[in-house]
Amino acid sequence: MSEQRIGVYVCHCGSNIAGMVDVADVAQWAAGHLKDRGVVIARDYKFMCSSTGQELIEKDIKDLGLTRVVVAACSPHLHEATFRKACANAGLNPYLCELVSIREQDSWVHTDRAAATEKAKAIVSGGVERVRYNEPLEPLTVPIHPATLIVGGGIAGIQAALEIADAGFPVYLVEKEPSIGGHMAQFDKTFPTLDCSACILTPKMVSVGSHPNITMMTWSEVEKVEGYVGNFTVTVRKRARSVNTDLCTGCGVCQEKCPRRVIDDVYEAGLGYRKAIYTPFPQAVPKWPVIDRENCIFFERGTCKACQKFCPTGAIAFEQQDEIVTINVGNIILATGFDLFDPRRIPQYGYGRLANVFTSLEFERLSNAAGPTNGHVVLRDGVTEPQQVAIVHCVGSRDRKYNNYCSNICCMQSLKFAHLVKEHCPGATVYQFYIDMRTPSKGYDEFYQRGLEEGTLFVRGRVAEVTDAARLPGEEGKLIVQVEDTLAGKQRRIPVDMVILSCGLEPRRGAKELAKVFGISCSADGWYIEKHPKLDPIATMTERIFIAGCAQGPKDIPASVAQGAAAAARVLGRIQQKQIALEPIRATVNEDKCSGCRVCNELCPYNAIVFHADRGVSEVNPALCQGCGTCVAACPAGAISGTGFSNEQIFAQLDGLLMNNISKSSVPA
Amino acid sequence: MAETFEPVIIGFTCNWCSYRAADLAGTARIKYPPNIRLIRLMCSGRMDLTFVLKALAGGADGVLISGCHPGECHYIEQNYKAMRRFQMLQRALPQLGIEPQRVKLVWASAAEGQRLANEITKMVEEVRALGPLQWPDGLHPESVEQAAAQEVTA
Repeated sequence: MSEQRIGVYVCHCGSNIAGMVDVADVAQWAAGHLKDRGVVIARDYKFMCSSTGQELIEKDIKDLGLTRVVVAACSPHLHEATFRKACANAGLNPYLCELVSIREQDSWVHTDRAAATEKAKAIVSGGVERVRYNEPLEPLTVPIHPATLIVGGGIAGIQAALEIADAGFPVYLVEKEPSIGGHMAQFDKTFPTLDCSACILTPKMVSVGSHPNITMMTWSEVEKVEGYVGNFTVTVRKRARSVNTDLCTGCGVCQEKCPRRVIDDVYEAGLGYRKAIYTPFPQAVPKWPVIDRENCIFFERGTCKACQKFCPTGAIAFEQQDEIVTINVGNIILATGFDLFDPRRIPQYGYGRLANVFTSLEFERLSNAAGPTNGHVVLRDGVTEPQQVAIVHCVGSRDRKYNNYCSNICCMQSLKFAHLVKEHCPGATVYQFYIDMRTPSKGYDEFYQRGLEEGTLFVRGRVAEVTDAARLPGEEGKLIVQVEDTLAGKQRRIPVDMVILSCGLEPRRGAKELAKVFGISCSADGWYIEKHPKLDPIATMTERIFIAGCAQGPKDIPASVAQGAAAAARVLGRIQQKQIALEPIRATVNEDKCSGCRVCNELCPYNAIVFHADRGVSEVNPALCQGCGTCVAACPAGAISGTGFSNEQIFAQLDGLLMNNISKSSVPA
Repeated sequence: MAETFEPVIIGFTCNWCSYRAADLAGTARIKYPPNIRLIRLMCSGRMDLTFVLKALAGGADGVLISGCHPGECHYIEQNYKAMRRFQMLQRALPQLGIEPQRVKLVWASAAEGQRLANEITKMVEEVRALGPLQWPDGLHPESVEQAAAQEVTA
């Protein structure tokens, strides 16, 4: 190896690093002790990532003829790109720059200044040894397929689909239910403006349905994702609708004539019925119904066919099979939404046991003019209007036994429910049982004030129990809410007619399995992890896969729409680039060393390694290789090397971290 | 020795999970002892066992290998390869006269900063209790290092 000229730059990061690590000492030490290892300059600076800090590096590269740069600062996940760019600006190949973390992995996690400083020296030493073996690399570029896959047809997915399609690019929108619309289609009103949910959602759904650039696949699920960044091959299972969509006009006669009534657990939240052949709601997009084969009499017994008899266009197709469709896309947006927390897990709230305890989604349906009660807020008997209603907040949220997190929407949804109860049942008394009121968005606190003015009663305390066991006069025939009023410092028993549980949001059941299909990660709670919680809430760690809406975490409609649009903007930016630069972290086979044993062939998860029988050697396809390095580690002949993470680099870093480079060199102590 | 023994531990982390867990531990200011020094790999599947041997031969008292939980590998299933290699190493270490507890495999997702910090803290205590790595007679660290280097460049 020719003599290297290495520059070392130690960042203070204000007091983030300098508060726990003696940065000046680290820089001085590097200049002295690592001189023999090629370090020609070592500096410390308050903020290396600032433009002045970057200029410092650029100037040194030019003036001192640096051939390698080590920056000791924050995690490479934060600023690797920044410093690589600075090096490139000064004419140094960006991959000859190494960023080592003395913040996340040192100053922020340790409490002993001397030990943290020593560790910082070891980390710098490791970086210096490693960078000596860094090689100049060029990013690989591959073309991007212009189509986008969006999984989930709720409001976030709809918004993203429209943004991309309006810009002129093809979109595949995959939805597992028979219609798009998601949870928003179930609501009657939306907070804080009390807009009619259907009135603002339906036009968007119709736009999606009629958009020439959008291919909708409802009643469908993604089964497999193959290929690589920018060029994914996605396998979608289109479940048999049992309806010929070319012939069906959506007239609805089949649904009228179908003799089998089924409790609708999805759209009506279990409160209403649908038929075995159904569209979930009148405004469904697409308009074509599906036959739910598990409940269809024909599929059960081989007779009935009422729908077929009455269908004016002969569109019923019992013989239809599931269709497996393969599509090619360059980008993917996951907008798979949420599931409601199941309050049966909190037995003391009585849901499922006490008739007049409702979930929040059930109440949405009760208050909806298109719902099972035509918008009449009534008890489970279907006729009695409640006179006292209790709304219990944080059901399954902010609770160590269930979910630690705040579900974000429940306070506002509860305020909306209170307003709707008062509107539908004039004179009713509404109690809110809350832990804290959280109303931080635009117009939200004003809505809270309005609730106070409308006379809703607020009781601060987590409800202990909902029971029908009357103990006191006036409790007979009522549901009694047992709660500690933490403002009054008293136990209270409040008799009511109806209890609404403002249930929290949970990741979709199956979200984890889907994450595996797409190769992204979930947080401990099960939400999809974003690339950066503040600066990149829509990207994932997997290039070209984005997230939007509640799949990323609980959020309300405005936030879901914003995130859907943001993900679309990101995708559009990527499509416009037409090609994508990939990190050149790839494995390559040295054919002279390869013995043709084929150990590596079977290890590669991407089938990127092909064996050339004629020459008796294996070869890595750089477009398919993702750079995991498993084959590099496995090759018994040492014939495979991995760029960016070569054995030489790692061995050198090890030596540096263990300070073996120092003891062997003859520098002053 | 009057002072307590401070072991040096090398941690091999996966770019997608445990390295991010370490970042998260930092961002959340979760404290753990400074005895560990991390090396980032793209995947625990990149873990060549000679890395571990070289670390031990070069002066480390313990080695922590960490990757994504089974089933959550960024590269589909390469962490299983790491697991296999780890099992193999666990059998080989006693034959080299090294306590197998000096090498540990820990799964940590990108969200598990606390877990990684706890595991590091625990491991530092365990290795401290084991004491410095004493190479048995007849097995000189350099010879192991040499053998490791030979295997790589062979």
